[in-house]
Amino acid sequence: MANQQVVTADQTPVVAPTAEAQIDLRKKMRLGETLVQAFLFFSGAVSILTSIAIVVVLGNEALLFFRTPTWHEIRDDNEKIVALAAEAEVEATTLTLPTGTGVKVPVNAKIRLDNEIMRVVSIEGDVVTVERGLEDTNRLTHPIGTHMQEEGDTISPIEFLTGTTWQPHIGKFGVLALVSATVTISLLAMAVALPLGVGAAIYLSEYASEDVRNKLKPILEVLAGVPTVVYGYFALTFITPILQGIIGKTNLGVYNMLSAGLVMGIMILPTIASMSEDALRAVPRSLREAAYGLGSTKLETSTKVVLPAGISGIVAAFILGISRAVGETMIVAIAAGARPYFTFNPLEAAETMTGHIVRISTGDLSRTTIDYNSLFAIGMTLFLVTLVLNIVSRQVATWLREEYD
Amino acid sequence: MSIPENTTTTTQFLPDEQQLQKNIRRRNRQAKSWKYVFLFSIILAMFSLFMLFFSIIRQAFTYVVIYDQVNPATLSDKPLEDLSKEELGDIVETYYTGIRTGRNDIRTIVFQEVLGLTTSQQEAIADRERAKETVTVREIFEDKNKEYPSALADQSIIRLQVADYAAIIEENSDQSSLYDFVIEKVVQPLIVDSWPIDQYLFDRDTIDAEIADAEARLRLEKEDPTLKVTEPEFRSWIQWHLIVDTIDLSRPEDAGLRTAIIGSIWMIALTILFALPLGVGAAIYLEEYAAGGPIARIIQTNIDNLAGVPSIIYGILGLALFVRLLENVTSGSLFGFGSGDETANGRTILSASLTMALLILPVIIINAQEAIRAVPDSLRQASYGLGATKWQTVWNHVLPNAMPGILTGTILAISRAFGETAVLVVVGSITRITVDPSGPFSRFTVLPLQIFALITQPQAQFRNVAAAGILLLLAILLSLNAIAVILRNRFSKRAV
Repeated sequence: MANQQVVTADQTPVVAPTAEAQIDLRKKMRLGETLVQAFLFFSGAVSILTSIAIVVVLGNEALLFFRTPTWHEIRDDNEKIVALAAEAEVEATTLTLPTGTGVKVPVNAKIRLDNEIMRVVSIEGDVVTVERGLEDTNRLTHPIGTHMQEEGDTISPIEFLTGTTWQPHIGKFGVLALVSATVTISLLAMAVALPLGVGAAIYLSEYASEDVRNKLKPILEVLAGVPTVVYGYFALTFITPILQGIIGKTNLGVYNMLSAGLVMGIMILPTIASMSEDALRAVPRSLREAAYGLGSTKLETSTKVVLPAGISGIVAAFILGISRAVGETMIVAIAAGARPYFTFNPLEAAETMTGHIVRISTGDLSRTTIDYNSLFAIGMTLFLVTLVLNIVSRQVATWLREEYD
Repeated sequence: MSIPENTTTTTQFLPDEQQLQKNIRRRNRQAKSWKYVFLFSIILAMFSLFMLFFSIIRQAFTYVVIYDQVNPATLSDKPLEDLSKEELGDIVETYYTGIRTGRNDIRTIVFQEVLGLTTSQQEAIADRERAKETVTVREIFEDKNKEYPSALADQSIIRLQVADYAAIIEENSDQSSLYDFVIEKVVQPLIVDSWPIDQYLFDRDTIDAEIADAEARLRLEKEDPTLKVTEPEFRSWIQWHLIVDTIDLSRPEDAGLRTAIIGSIWMIALTILFALPLGVGAAIYLEEYAAGGPIARIIQTNIDNLAGVPSIIYGILGLALFVRLLENVTSGSLFGFGSGDETANGRTILSASLTMALLILPVIIINAQEAIRAVPDSLRQASYGLGATKWQTVWNHVLPNAMPGILTGTILAISRAFGETAVLVVVGSITRITVDPSGPFSRFTVLPLQIFALITQPQAQFRNVAAAGILLLLAILLSLNAIAVILRNRFSKRAV
């Protein structure tokens, strides 16, 4: 050993390392590491940015909805809708009204035919002279009978949230008409999903052998992975005809909330079953053993001991299920119909908030109309409702949780 | 003295033996019957799944009755499939000579189906002809490498007669393809009505009545009292042309989903490109860099909340943010793409993919986090012990070990994105599109959306096409899920 050291010392004429040449063990700035960390931080921040974007963008566009004036049809003294008596061609600057309608539009007021906005220059008897194509709207040919609309008030948030009529063409935007259908369908869905889901969860966690459970659970997962458009097809082409056979075609139309609600229940069932099962299995074995020791039957153990102990998870699953039902779109868009009326009757056709958003989006509405902007107000409402439900779901799970150690 | 007294008091609290036995029997009976109630709920769930598949399969395989718009018997004495190529060519020529717009129709067929010219190429030819220039048959056909009768070589391609165009079609097809052509363009079989296979097997009476009705209706409509529809014949709506043809919203029997399938593939590819690095990056940040800190807690809560936001909200966000606010970027005009009539006003594959990436991000993050958490700490310690930096540790040791779990999560997220419809309805893909998307700035449609459009068509046979499309969609999704399950199993075996 000593020899070798000498040899190496001979071979390297350099003097033994001094203090300066020693390896520096202090932390170094590494540009690569910093850049990577910055990217990773950005990735994490994207989710925050998404939330902010949802609130800001939706909120901003929704505000626009509340600031835009509505349009409603002008009515004459006899409460009849004023319509054109002659076709107004693209180049025409005068509009002819039926004689003696007694319409009172002030000069300089803005009026609208179809989507074209005009300004009234003068009125002489039944002939209205107008300035056409205002506010970047396109000049169009308006056939006889086109309704004349005047500018009305803006929609107040109170009016929006408490109104029960949703008829954009007369300037009525009461979101409750849409909410009623959302509530009806969600309750129907929960009426199917909750008992079946909890029943299935009790069977899987308390009765089924490990082997059976391992076979059944993946099948439930398949049910959860089917796209919602397929459920919509199922509701419209299969469940509705069956229901019509039972209830009668006169009582139940092709589009109805009952079919949509039942199928939505089937869709949510796996979520409820799986979450509830997790909650029940988390209940410690000692509780069950104690119940059996006191002479309880399996049913009594399951329903009087295990179920109350796992109730936090089941309630959380229930609320999450409602949240999913409220936000579910394709089933209602396909099977529930396009009729935004305030009703809680499941046999009727009705339009939910999500269904209405789909109908607005697939239509040919101009981007500047208030109907189009209403999409964001509905979206904001939907976002807030589901957000509150999700937060409550998590809170309930914490509040009701019983710790067993 | 005191003992018998005690006995009496205890017996007062206990029900007598008979009562007790009865009570226990009742409770056991109750327990047993409720077991079946619980079993029933799970059986009902399984049954719904079965019915769901059944309802789609029965619509994808149906019995149909067909009405030939031109009776084959009037075209030839022999059955059409026995005719020679020349005889079939004669039928084509006679048919197109007989109809008023025949010359235009057959020219369009030659241009589009034989030569495969696009609309703009056809317009270019028409423009040159208008400028008194002769566009010869030789020029175009040799450019496209197609056959043509040599006698026509120097003639103008748009001024030929019906007989010449028929000769070109004949030249470019063999007997069987010409037979298909005659059936499709001349005989024009029309599906009058369709019935699910189970109804055909068990409810023939209703079907017979409906056939009679349909026949009577057609006789009135076509003013032909001798008109007959064919006997019901089996038809599988899952056919090769479903994958290779574009959508045709006027003839359900010809409707294909090619554009939608290509659109789906484009969208999914771009979505992965955006979502995978961001999702895995976020998971690494949360688990390795900021674990337990206040920032991680805020981000975590936020991700959990985002996972519960309905997909349609993402659609609205995408509409406002990507389609409208960032229209310059997403329509490609900023990069000089998509000028002219190709612009989609920001309603492009790019917008849809960005929106979809935001939607599946929480799913990817949550799954990736679990996978990273499952990597044993000893690996990290060993790596640090050898002097590796944080990123070297993550890149060389944590990520490779977490990869199967991350992939599983990604595949599940992709299968969600594949079946997602509501988002794309709002972001605004187009359902009547027949042009294949050519890049991120193209207009597009996707498979589930095309299915939605088919369901909402008034003509009932489109539901059969939709059912076939759904089977295709489910086949893709189930295989994706199967891959995920296999990966997960292999992963969990290795971890043990």
